[in-house]
Amino acid sequence: MDSLKIICPNGHLGFAPIRLDSFKLGVAARPHYIAADSGSDDVGPIPLGSDTSTSPLAWQTHDLEHMLLAARGLGVPMIIGSSGDTGSNSRVDLFVRIIQDVAAKHRLKPFKLGYFYSEVDKTDLRSRMRAGEVVAGLDARNALTEAELDATERIVAMADVHPFIELLKQGADVIIGGRSSDSAVFAAPAIHHGFPADQAYYLGKVLECASFCAEPYGGKETVLGEITASDVKVTAMSPAQRCTIASVSGHAMYERSNPFYEFVASGKLDMSACHYEQHSEKTTRITGARFYPGTEFRVKLEGAGKVGERYIGMVGIRDPYTIANIDAVMGWARTQVRERFGDANEGSYQLHYTVYGRNGVMGELEPFKHKPAHELAVLVQGVAPTAEMAEEICMIGTRQMFYARLPEVKGSAGSVAFALDEVLRASPAYRWTLNHTLRCEHPLALFPTHMTTAGAA
Amino acid sequence: MSARKLSELAKTVRSKNAGVDKITFDVIFAQRDTYERVKRARVLTRETVARLYGIPFDRITDFVEFDPANAIKFTILRMEPSGSAGDPDIFGSQHYAPLLDLEVPD
Repeated sequence: MDSLKIICPNGHLGFAPIRLDSFKLGVAARPHYIAADSGSDDVGPIPLGSDTSTSPLAWQTHDLEHMLLAARGLGVPMIIGSSGDTGSNSRVDLFVRIIQDVAAKHRLKPFKLGYFYSEVDKTDLRSRMRAGEVVAGLDARNALTEAELDATERIVAMADVHPFIELLKQGADVIIGGRSSDSAVFAAPAIHHGFPADQAYYLGKVLECASFCAEPYGGKETVLGEITASDVKVTAMSPAQRCTIASVSGHAMYERSNPFYEFVASGKLDMSACHYEQHSEKTTRITGARFYPGTEFRVKLEGAGKVGERYIGMVGIRDPYTIANIDAVMGWARTQVRERFGDANEGSYQLHYTVYGRNGVMGELEPFKHKPAHELAVLVQGVAPTAEMAEEICMIGTRQMFYARLPEVKGSAGSVAFALDEVLRASPAYRWTLNHTLRCEHPLALFPTHMTTAGAA
Repeated sequence: MSARKLSELAKTVRSKNAGVDKITFDVIFAQRDTYERVKRARVLTRETVARLYGIPFDRITDFVEFDPANAIKFTILRMEPSGSAGDPDIFGSQHYAPLLDLEVPD
C-alpha cells in the first residue's frame, strides 16, 4: 500500500457531538480507518478520581454510533483511544457495551471487537517502588512517594501504539482503548501498515484534535490525513474550512509546552525541521518530521486522589468601602471558621475564596488585582473529610461575610448581598496526584488486550 | 506607524493547559512582517512575561519564537495542578487576557 487515509471526526469524543455534514464527506472519501481520541486531562481530576465521565452518555453514544455505522459500512477498522474522558477500566467497559448495543440495535454482521485496559494497580506500583523503581515526576514534580500513592484513588498509564497494533494484528474491526497518547491512536494503524514512525507519529499529532488543525476556527469537524513513506497530507472535510500552512503549523503548538517536540512512551517526535506547503486549496503537505526512539520505554502515569467533600456558597458586594476592604471581610469569616474547626493548615479542611470582579479568573497572576470593579461576586468553597463538616465550613465562611465587622462601614445591616441564602453541595474535590513516568520492561506490560465479538450471532 | 496594542496586531492570542501542571500561551500573527516587528520590539520576552504576570523567571518553563507559524509561545508552571479546589480556570483558557494590551512600539 502506497498511502493510508484516516479520518478523525472529533478531538475529544463525547465532550461535544461530531458535526455530521463534514463527517459524511470524510466517509465518502473512503478512508482506510476511522479514528478518534476520547480523552483529556483538561477536564480536571474529578472524572478520573471518581471514575465517571464528564461527557454525557447520549453524546458518547451519538459519536460511537455514527462512527461504527460508517466504519462497518465501508468495511474498515474503527479505533478509539482514551475512552470516556479518562480511559479508566470502567470507561473502556462502557464503550465496549455501547458498541455492542449499537451493533445489536442495527443488526450489524458479527465483527471482532478488541479492547485494552490502562489502569495501574496501586499494589503493583508500590512493589515496583519498593524494588527501587523511581516513578519520576514530570513538570517540576518530585518523584512519587508512598504517601502520595496512598492519597491516590486511581491511576491510568498512557499507552503508546503497541496495544493498538497488537489488536490490529489479531484482526480487530473495532478497538476501544484505555488511556493512550492522542497521537498513538492514528500512528498505530500507520505503523501497522509499514509506514515510517517519523510520518506516523506526525500524522497522529496533526489529526488528534480533528478540525483544530484547520481554519477558520471550528471544532468537531472531520479532517482527513493521508500518509505515505515520505509525507503527510491533511485535508479539511468541512466546506467552510481549509488546512493551511498557518493552521497546521499553528496546531503544532496547541496544548503543548513546546511546539517542536511531542513525547510518547517509546520516544519523541521532533517537528523542528518540519516543512509545510499548501498542496491544494484545502490540503497542507508536511515533510521533515523525525521520530527518535527513546533509550528506555517510559510510560506517563496520571493519578487523581480525593481531597474531601465540598460545598459552595456565593455572595455579592456593592459597597465601595466593603470592596476596598474585601480581604478583611474574608479574613473575618476565615477567623470564625478557624475558631470552630482550628487552623486549615493542619490539613483537616480547606476554605477557598474566589473574588470575581477583582482577580477571580487569574488569582495572584492578575495584573489588575489592585483595581477591583464597582461590584464583586465571591465564590466560597468549603472542603472537608465529611459532607457535614464541609457544609458547616462553607456556611460559616459565607454567612460570616454578612457579619464582617469593618470599623467605618455605613451599612450596618449586612456586609454582603445573597442571591441564595444557602450553600450548595458540589462535586467532591480531587487533585492530580500523579503526573509522572514509569519505566516498563515491555510496551504491553501495563496494557492487557482482550478480544470479543459484537453484532448479530 | 505608531505604537499598537498586541490585540490589534495578532491574529490569535490564547492560553490553554499543557498537561495538568502548566498553562501555555500562543500569540500568532497572520503576517510575517508583523511577527518580525513584535519580535524586534522585544515587548514579548521572558522578562516582560515575568513582569506582567508577577512571577519569577523559573516559573516560565519554555519560551519559543516559532517561525513556521509566525508565533511566539511561552509556558508557565501552575502553583497548584489544574482543577484543584480553588483553581478558577481549570482549562487555563482565560489567562491570556493581560497580553492583549501590551503596547508594541513602531
